[in-house]
Amino acid sequence: MSDLSAKLRRIRALTLKETRQILRDPSSIAIGVVFPLMMILLFGYGLSLDVTRVSVAVVDEDASSDSASLIGEFQLSPYFSVTVVHSMAEAKTLVMDRKADGALIIPSDFTRRWHLGEAEVQILVNGTDSNEARIMQAYAQGPVAQWSEGRSAPGAQPSVGPVVVVDRLWFNESNDSHYFLVPGLIVLVMTIIGAFLTAMVVAREWERGTLEALFVTPMRAGEFLVSKFLPYFGLGMIGFVLCLLAGQFLFHVPMRGSFALLCLASMIYLLVALGIGLLVSTLVKSQFLASQLAMLLTFLPAMMLSGFLYDLRSMPVFIRGITYALPARYAVALMQTLYLAGDVGSVVWPNLLILGAMAAALMILTRLATRKRLS
Amino acid sequence: MGSSLSRILALIRKEFLAVLKDPRSRFIIFLPPILQCLIFGYAASFDLNSVPYAVLNQDGGAASTDLLSRLDGSGVFRRQANLERTRDISTWIDGSRALLVVRIDQDFERHLQAGEPAQVEVIADGRNSNTAGTAMGYLGSAVDAFNGDWRKIHGLPGPPVRIVTRSWYNPNLDSRWSMIPSLIGTLTMMGTLMLTALSVAREREQGTFDQLLVTPFRPFEIMVGKAVPNMVIGLSQSTTILLIAQFWFRIPFVGSFAVLYAGLGLFLLAAVGLGLFVSSIAQTMQQAMLYAFLLVMPFALLSGLTTPINSMPQFLQSVMVINPLRYALDLTKRVYLEDAGFAQLGPDFLPLAVIGVVTLFSAAWLFSRRLT
Repeated sequence: MSDLSAKLRRIRALTLKETRQILRDPSSIAIGVVFPLMMILLFGYGLSLDVTRVSVAVVDEDASSDSASLIGEFQLSPYFSVTVVHSMAEAKTLVMDRKADGALIIPSDFTRRWHLGEAEVQILVNGTDSNEARIMQAYAQGPVAQWSEGRSAPGAQPSVGPVVVVDRLWFNESNDSHYFLVPGLIVLVMTIIGAFLTAMVVAREWERGTLEALFVTPMRAGEFLVSKFLPYFGLGMIGFVLCLLAGQFLFHVPMRGSFALLCLASMIYLLVALGIGLLVSTLVKSQFLASQLAMLLTFLPAMMLSGFLYDLRSMPVFIRGITYALPARYAVALMQTLYLAGDVGSVVWPNLLILGAMAAALMILTRLATRKRLS
Repeated sequence: MGSSLSRILALIRKEFLAVLKDPRSRFIIFLPPILQCLIFGYAASFDLNSVPYAVLNQDGGAASTDLLSRLDGSGVFRRQANLERTRDISTWIDGSRALLVVRIDQDFERHLQAGEPAQVEVIADGRNSNTAGTAMGYLGSAVDAFNGDWRKIHGLPGPPVRIVTRSWYNPNLDSRWSMIPSLIGTLTMMGTLMLTALSVAREREQGTFDQLLVTPFRPFEIMVGKAVPNMVIGLSQSTTILLIAQFWFRIPFVGSFAVLYAGLGLFLLAAVGLGLFVSSIAQTMQQAMLYAFLLVMPFALLSGLTTPINSMPQFLQSVMVINPLRYALDLTKRVYLEDAGFAQLGPDFLPLAVIGVVTLFSAAWLFSRRLT
């Protein structure tokens, strides 16, 4: 009995020490609080995949009233700012100098072919930024359709159809990108606090030799791990709560699944991240290596290979294979589903189970690795 | 002057030894850029090449079958199931088994033959609305192609104005062509800035930095001695990625190496300067690492790598004037894909040089202040 109470007392003392260390180091607070806030603001307000205004150089080879009114349509469009130039060479110079994002060419036979019903305009985009180029391509449809509609004789063939597509975007009817950013953000924040910060902290103790000093005390390896675990788990949950609040009050992301399951999923993922951080730092015992490895094994995958930004199904087979070994993909699937789709059993339980198994395996491995070093 | 140079050279040699003598740290300097370049190159694309979808075809006529077989033949859409009932739709979407469900009503063929708009309903899994939007865009193009053929066969007039798109510098609008040259700057900055920030912090933590400060080295000499090796390491990281881009991903390099390396040199000066600046503020390695991370993260996200700079709020756009990566991305892509020369790249070279000089001098000043 007294054995147990001594154990608890030791854990409590060390946890307290670790907590003080966090509170007194401005960089820990920066990662625990500033980082989530920064990410929330960046993702919420800084990143937008829409090109707001495209500058286009227009070459009017037709120089007719028809081409002039088409250019007028582009000038009226909120998506374009138009510069009229006199030759292709001039347009290309503007694009090279980044004064224009692309060019619109109205060929000299535009009016003639318009009366034959087969007019053509050319859009030249700068493919250096392929995303921007695609968006510009899509935007150009607007003014052109507007123009041809205004010109068509009444009763002419409608420009739509014969088959029209009716889109329904389930779970995100208003196509608000915050809806998928917030669940992904939770995963990113947990990853940084759990793995990156913890890896550095424990590696520092190895590097400075304070761990060896601890090991000559009655302190057991398991107690040491628990006392490292608790404060960083707390810090991770603070990050989680910040993201949760931002999702609710700043971005109004609906929470369609159960709150309890969302918390459970986050906690289990945090355990996995902490496990990776602790294991990596125990194995390499160097702050530099631990931080680089944690970055490579956890943060980058959480960003790139989790389905958060990029679709997993479109990745080559061997990369998709790698993603199955990374906890982030399960966490992102869970968060997105619990937030937006609801408690879908066929998604939630398998992913939770895998994350739980990963957490357990990492705990056991860390415990074994720490014991080995002790002898 | 001569002795100053020899002191700096000695320091540079020592710095190289410190980084490269440990096989594990050699490994960690070159492995991450290579791995990241391959992973980013393959994974970081908004293009889709596999869209699993399910069909609820209540019409079953020849036209709808033709439309669906076009989807199947596109190489992108992969039909997972033919659904029987409307309520199956939610099973497939909710369980993430299909990204899209295409539903064709029973009067589709009738509308089409009558010349009325025939509807195809597409239900998309909006959990990642970006992916869903792209997939719906692909479906829209497939339907457009169907419409074009239908019009032709049935003698209907086509759309009055066709838009023909061509693309400069990246003929197929392959997103990899814009992504991978951008990685030269991005990955090099992540590596170099953190390495530099840590190299001083490590010495400080181990106490060797104080020893360095009591030697005849002047603070500026220490700065140069720290900066040069990290810049050389950074340049070799950039070169590694450049080689992968050209020989693995086979993206043709059309520019001039002189322009590229002049730009990268200035960029690395700025990255190393920022790293030294961070390390002059940080007390410990942990602080150096975390502060460097807090700097690199927004720089990478707001560099134009994933989203265009000019669609960011004005405030952020003005703050990002100090972001060396945005200039480096612009510069590397334009040299790599467009063969831009010094004349066009002035707006990138100048800020990089300014950032480099300002950060190096302020780091040296902060260090010398610590000394007194």
